[in-house]
Amino acid sequence: MIDKLFAWFDDRLAISRGGRHLINKIFPDHWSFMIGEIALYSFVVLLATGVFLTLYFVPSAHDTIYHGVYRPLQGQKVSEAYASTIDLSFSVRGGLLMRQMHHWAANIFVGSIVVHMMRIFFTGAFRRPREVNWMVGATLLILAIFNGFLGYSLPDDLVSGTGIRIAFSILESVPFVGSYLAFFLFGGNYPGNGSIIPRFFILHVLILPLLILGLIGAHLGMLVRHKHTQFRGRGAREDNVVGTPLWPGFVAKTTGFLFLIAGATALLGALVQINPIWMYGQYRPYEVSYAVQPDWYMGWLDGALRVMPSWEIHLPGHMVPNAFFPGVFLPGLTFTLIYLWPMLEARFTGDTAEHHLLDRPRDRPLRTAFGASVFAFYFVLFGASSTDVLANYLSLTLNFVLWAFRVLVVVVPLVVFPVTYKICKELQATPGAGQRKRFNVVVRAAAGGYAVEPAPEYPGYAHDEPEPLPVEEIDLSAIEEEDRAPAGVYRIPRQYR
Amino acid sequence: MPEPPAGGARGDGGAPRPVVTLESPQFQVRARRPRRAEKVAASAFVVALAGFAAFGGAYWQGANNEWLGGTLGVGFVAFGVAFVVWGKYLMPRGPFEEPRPMMAVTPDEREALVADFASRGKVAIRRRTFLLKLMGLAAGVFGVVAAFPLLRSLGPLPRKSLYKTKWRKGSYLTTIDGRRVRTSDVAVGGILTVFPEDDVGGAISQTVLIHVQEGGDIVTRPGRETWGPDGFLAFSKVCTHAGCPVGLYEELTEQLLCPCHQSLFDVRAGCWPVFGPAPRPLPQLPLYVDSAGYLRAQAGYDEPVGPGFWERGGTT
Repeated sequence: MIDKLFAWFDDRLAISRGGRHLINKIFPDHWSFMIGEIALYSFVVLLATGVFLTLYFVPSAHDTIYHGVYRPLQGQKVSEAYASTIDLSFSVRGGLLMRQMHHWAANIFVGSIVVHMMRIFFTGAFRRPREVNWMVGATLLILAIFNGFLGYSLPDDLVSGTGIRIAFSILESVPFVGSYLAFFLFGGNYPGNGSIIPRFFILHVLILPLLILGLIGAHLGMLVRHKHTQFRGRGAREDNVVGTPLWPGFVAKTTGFLFLIAGATALLGALVQINPIWMYGQYRPYEVSYAVQPDWYMGWLDGALRVMPSWEIHLPGHMVPNAFFPGVFLPGLTFTLIYLWPMLEARFTGDTAEHHLLDRPRDRPLRTAFGASVFAFYFVLFGASSTDVLANYLSLTLNFVLWAFRVLVVVVPLVVFPVTYKICKELQATPGAGQRKRFNVVVRAAAGGYAVEPAPEYPGYAHDEPEPLPVEEIDLSAIEEEDRAPAGVYRIPRQYR
Repeated sequence: MPEPPAGGARGDGGAPRPVVTLESPQFQVRARRPRRAEKVAASAFVVALAGFAAFGGAYWQGANNEWLGGTLGVGFVAFGVAFVVWGKYLMPRGPFEEPRPMMAVTPDEREALVADFASRGKVAIRRRTFLLKLMGLAAGVFGVVAAFPLLRSLGPLPRKSLYKTKWRKGSYLTTIDGRRVRTSDVAVGGILTVFPEDDVGGAISQTVLIHVQEGGDIVTRPGRETWGPDGFLAFSKVCTHAGCPVGLYEELTEQLLCPCHQSLFDVRAGCWPVFGPAPRPLPQLPLYVDSAGYLRAQAGYDEPVGPGFWERGGTT
C-alpha cells in the first residue's frame, strides 16, 4: 500500500531522483552542532503554542470591564488585550501552560541563537563560503529579538507597557526622522490612537514569523548546499564530511532532540512561572513599578540605557537625544560589526580560501580573544540592566552600583582580551589539550630541562573509532535475506560485543 | 597546517578500497549490549505512553498547570530519550563520509552563464531602451505612490504636538478620579499624580505634584519666583531620558527617581538631574492657588515634556 502510494507520487514528482542523495546527507557528530537545532526546535514549539494563543488572545487596546475568574481584578477597567491574556491563562484549559511554554520557548530561542552564533564565531565556521549564511543567521537573531519584544508587549501589562513607552522614546530619538517614525508606528503622539497593540500583533504573529520561517529555510538550504563544517578528526578533510547519514541515524537522534526540547519547555511551563501579568496589573501610562526590566535578550540595551552618561548633542534648533546612543547607535554598530565580520577578518588575515574544517578556538587566539572581549562587553551591559535590583539585593547604593558598571563595562573587556589570548597560547603549548582522557607528564631530561608530553595510553582506554566509510556503500539489504540479526539488532562481531 | 592523513576508504590513487561487508565495524551498533539499550528505549516509550495518557487524563479532569505540563513534559522527554537511545545506540555507528565539492565555480562555468545572460539581454533589452525607460518610469512612480499609504496613513504628522500638552492657563490640577486638588489634599512630603481636567489619565500631560514644605513659595530657579506657591511644586512626570513615569519620590532627600533607568531629580533644584542618564531637568508647571484653595496652572509647560527628539532644539 505504502509502496504503491509512494510510486504514485514518485512517478509524478521524481522523488527518487535526488532522494537518495538527500538521505545520504552526512551530519557530523559533535555536540556543539546541536545548539542550532535547539533554536530550530524551540521555534517549532513557538509556532505550535503561538497558534494556540492566537485562538484566545484579543489584540485590542479597547477598555472593557473584567468579569473573569481572577478575583482581584473583578470589575476593574482593563484593556481587552490584558483581559483576554488573563482569561486564556486562567479560564482556558491548558492556556496557562501554552502561554508559559511560549514565553519560555522564546527565551530559549533567542538564547540558543546567541550560543549557536558564538559557536560559529569561535570555530571560524563563518569563513568562505559561508559568509552569506552568517548574515542570514545574524538577521534571524535580529528578527528573533524584535519578535520577542513584540510578543511580550502584547498583553498590555504594566511592565511591558513601560517597555513600549521606552521603545517610543528610542524611536523618537532617531535623527531627522525619529518623531515621524514614532508617530507613524503608534498612530500619533504616545500612547497613540490605540493601534499599537493590533499592529504589534500582526507583526508578531504573521509578518516576522513569515520572515523568520523564510530565512530559516534559506539558512538550512545553504547548509545543505555547503554541507556541514567539521572538526579535524579521523578521516575529516576539506573535501569530505564525516558523520551520521540523515537516514536513519540522524533522523532518529534529531527527532528525539525535538521532543527533548519540547519536553523541557513543557516542564518549564509547568513548574517555573514566567511573566505573571496578573501580578503586574494593567498598563497605565502614569503608573510604574519597581524592577522594570525587559526579557533577558533586551537586557544589554536596557543596561546600555542605564550606564550611558547623561550626554546629548545640541545643535542649533536640533538635538541628538541621549537615548539615541544606547538605543539606536549601539545596536546599529553591533549588528554592522556582526554582518561585516567575515569580510573584516578575511581582510585582516588575508585568508580568502574556502574552509570547511573548523578552527579550534585556541588556534586562533586573536579572534578568540576579540570575541570573548566583545561578548564580555555585552555581558556587563546585560548585568547593568539590573542595577536597581543588585543595589537592593547587595545593600549597596544605586550610585555605587551604577558607577561600578560604568567602570566595568570598559575594564572587563580590556582584561578579558589579554587573559583569553594568554589562555589560548597556553593551550596551544600543551600537547593533547582538549583531547580525551590523556594525562600529561612533566619529564625532566638528563640535561636538566623539562618537557610536557602525553602519558602513554592505557590499553583499551581510547575509543577505537573506525575509519569513515563512504556513505554510498551503505547496503544492508543482506540483513533481511540472511536474517542474521535477531529482533532488528545488527549482528555484533565478537570484538565489539 | 598539514592535512591529516586521508582515510583509506576513498579509492583515489593510493590505497586500495577495503572490502565492505556487513561485518565492517561501521555497520555495527554503538551499544556494547544492544539488548539492554533496546530495553532502555522500550521503557522510555512506555513512560512516554504513560505520560501522554496522563496528560489526556489531566486535561479531562481540568487539572492544574503543574499536572498538565508535568505529564506532557515527562511524556515528551521520555519520547525523546527513546528516539535518542534508538538512534545513537541501536543504529549503525558509522562514521560514514560523503564527498564535498568546493563551492567556487570555475571561470568557465561563470563565463557560460554571463555570456548567455548578456547576449540574450542584448537582443531583448538593449535594443528596446525606449521600453526600458518607460518601464522604469512607471515602476518608479508606483514606488513613490506606494510609499504614501505605507507611511502617511499610519499616523498623523508630528507637527507641533510634541511641544504641547493639555495644560493651559488656569487648568485645575485634577486627580485620576477627576477630583480637583486643593492645597489641603496633600500633606507635607506627599506626592500626587495630577492631570488637566480635559486629559485625565493622559500619558503626556501627567504631572507630579509634590508638597515640599508647609507654606511659603519655593523658588527652584531664577525666573520661577511664583511657580511654587505654599510649598507646592509640580513637574512633568515623563522622564526626559526614555519617557517612563518618574514615579518614586524620596521624601527625605526630596528627590524623584525614575524606576526604569534610575535617573534622579533634585526637586528643590527644579528637578535637576543629579544622577543617572537623564540629560535634562523635568519641566516645571507654574502653579497658583486660587481664592477657593484649588491648585491651578499659571500656564502650560514652557518647553516640550519627555525625552528629546531631533527637532527639539537647544537646552533649557
